[in-house]
Amino acid sequence: MRKERILLAHGGGGRLMQELIRGLFVPAFSNPVLATLSDAALPGALPPGRPAFTTDAFVVEPSVFPGGDLGYLAVCGTVNDLAVAGATPLWLSFAVILEEGLEVELLRTFVAGAARAAGEAGVQVVAGDTKVVPKGKADGAFIVTAGVGVVPPGVDLGDHRIAPGDAVLVSGPVGEHGATVMACRHHMAGAGLRSDCAPLGSLAAALRDGGVELHAMHDPTRGGLATTCHEAASRAGVRIVLEQEAVPVRAQVAAVCELLGLDPLYVACEGRLLAWVRGEDAEHALSVLRAHPRGVEAAVVGRVEARLPEQAPVVLRTPFGSVRVLDLLAGSELPRIC
Amino acid sequence: MSQERRFADPAAVRALATRIARLAEGLPRCITIMEVCGTHTHAVAAAGLRRLLPPAVRLIAGPGCPVCVTPVGYVDRAEALARRPDVIVATFGDLVRVPSSHGSLEQCRAEGGAVHVVYSPRDALAVARENPGRTVVFLGVGFETTTPTVAAALAEAETAGVPNFRVLAGHKVMPPPMRALALDPAVQVDGFLLPGHVSVIVGSDAFEFVASELGRPAVVVGFAPTDVLRGVEAIVRQVREGRPAIENLYARVVTREGNREARALVDRFFEPVDAVWRGLGPIPGSGLALREGLAHRDAGRIEVEVCAPVEPHGCRCGDVLKGVIDPPECPLFGRVCTPASAVGACMVSSEGSCAAWYRHGG
Repeated sequence: MRKERILLAHGGGGRLMQELIRGLFVPAFSNPVLATLSDAALPGALPPGRPAFTTDAFVVEPSVFPGGDLGYLAVCGTVNDLAVAGATPLWLSFAVILEEGLEVELLRTFVAGAARAAGEAGVQVVAGDTKVVPKGKADGAFIVTAGVGVVPPGVDLGDHRIAPGDAVLVSGPVGEHGATVMACRHHMAGAGLRSDCAPLGSLAAALRDGGVELHAMHDPTRGGLATTCHEAASRAGVRIVLEQEAVPVRAQVAAVCELLGLDPLYVACEGRLLAWVRGEDAEHALSVLRAHPRGVEAAVVGRVEARLPEQAPVVLRTPFGSVRVLDLLAGSELPRIC
Repeated sequence: MSQERRFADPAAVRALATRIARLAEGLPRCITIMEVCGTHTHAVAAAGLRRLLPPAVRLIAGPGCPVCVTPVGYVDRAEALARRPDVIVATFGDLVRVPSSHGSLEQCRAEGGAVHVVYSPRDALAVARENPGRTVVFLGVGFETTTPTVAAALAEAETAGVPNFRVLAGHKVMPPPMRALALDPAVQVDGFLLPGHVSVIVGSDAFEFVASELGRPAVVVGFAPTDVLRGVEAIVRQVREGRPAIENLYARVVTREGNREARALVDRFFEPVDAVWRGLGPIPGSGLALREGLAHRDAGRIEVEVCAPVEPHGCRCGDVLKGVIDPPECPLFGRVCTPASAVGACMVSSEGSCAAWYRHGG
């Protein structure tokens, strides 16, 4: 049987587009705000607090991978950006740019993934858009999401609060998303290798409301743990000392990274939380994270120190007692010759 | 404990560092050990091994980073090929950022040049099969470890009949530059950590001349922290005892005679030529060119217009490659030359000494 494919007409505003919206998007995201199909979503009044707003664009090859797909990732990414800012994620938009010829079944997979993520995260997808571009003008599907949330009164998180003495925690093993998609690209995906892609709203809220002095949170996506720490330390004007032995890395991830010449500390996570808490609260914060299903493998991975001039923002203490600087990557990690 | 963990056991590493420090007390003077291979440079930096060594033992990086020693003119030619509408250039990733005379393959790709990053020459062969209407040129850069894989791809192209696959041969072999460095009066090297992967192919016997002719200790080592430190320990001991020899401490994969089959495959397609090494200049017999009968596989025969290569001004990659200076002594290091905008090739690959120093602080 011939596969059903996206045609230019699906983006033309006519009957085919209506079918796509009413037959696919509206039922999947199933909520009364989206169902009105009005020009702008009117989801109601924001709860008390400061509004938080973010947007992100998603492209991933392969678009379906162990542990998720492009749609699931697109919702998780935006939910997580809100969550680590201390916000409770509320409403999302979901815009797709489709390449003519994309299998409709694949689009269904993305939309189902997005709906599943929205359900897990407790957010509503209240607005959307569809564009179709001629074959060759895009690569399958691109998804752009934006999200609105609210930071409860009294909550103030950010790098400005990171201070010497803070402990750095990570909610689970690092590098799983990046290693998984890269393994797929090189036909090395196998048992046990799975993206960590997941919404972090409830985990972040648990820590935020868990009675610890929480200073900042981040999700170590592109560039991984090392890059995220580098950015945070640079903005906060402090030095972060990570303990190599304390950073959880699964054996499968370490193996794939070894084969591809990558450093797991620089490989993306899509469902991990980095948190900076007052040093004295480290153990308590760890128990809060570990009590949550998405944080059972959490660990304290480092501490914050004052940074002297000329000192690198992030260093890694190796188990041999030596220290190595973790700098920003020049661009993406490149495969090496030998 | 996994193999990998066993060779990175913290207690073993610290014990070795202590032993080396004690041995070094008996040295008549400070000594310099060159790790020839780029993967060693990377491993040394990533584990912070240099800081575990006593002041009397200096570890310097040698010319074993393939992209670092690839001359500007080679990259210029690759760029010119990528600009031809009937050519696709396929390359290992770290070559795309290597500065050419006026840009890089990365910039060339952004301007519409056809540059595909691949993990292996066989991936390049697959690109050739998918694009029968265009010539796919694989950038053949690397040492004895990489060349057999290129030869294997050539063999497959010949047998399976993939006419549009060619190689721009820029391969190099390790022993000649080591001889050149040891004989260069400007370079002071007391011993060599021999390239472990290269030794798998050429065998430890191929380096006998280092001890017998050049009078330097040389030790074949692997890439885990304990491997490297055992090598350093062996060299310090040899220097103390004044008895230079070749030792193989990587016997779990390296034999005396190496991999004869891989060498035979390389011999089938390549022959030795004089080659230019960036920073070191021309070295007799240090390169590999495609054999005469393989003109149809030789991308060097595709006509392109290439101007005389322009070397970056002020760049001291050459002195870094010879171990004459440490990267921070170059006036460009960390100022105008960083991994994000590399002036010299040593800043590009994570195997390059400058990149390793920049990223890990030496």
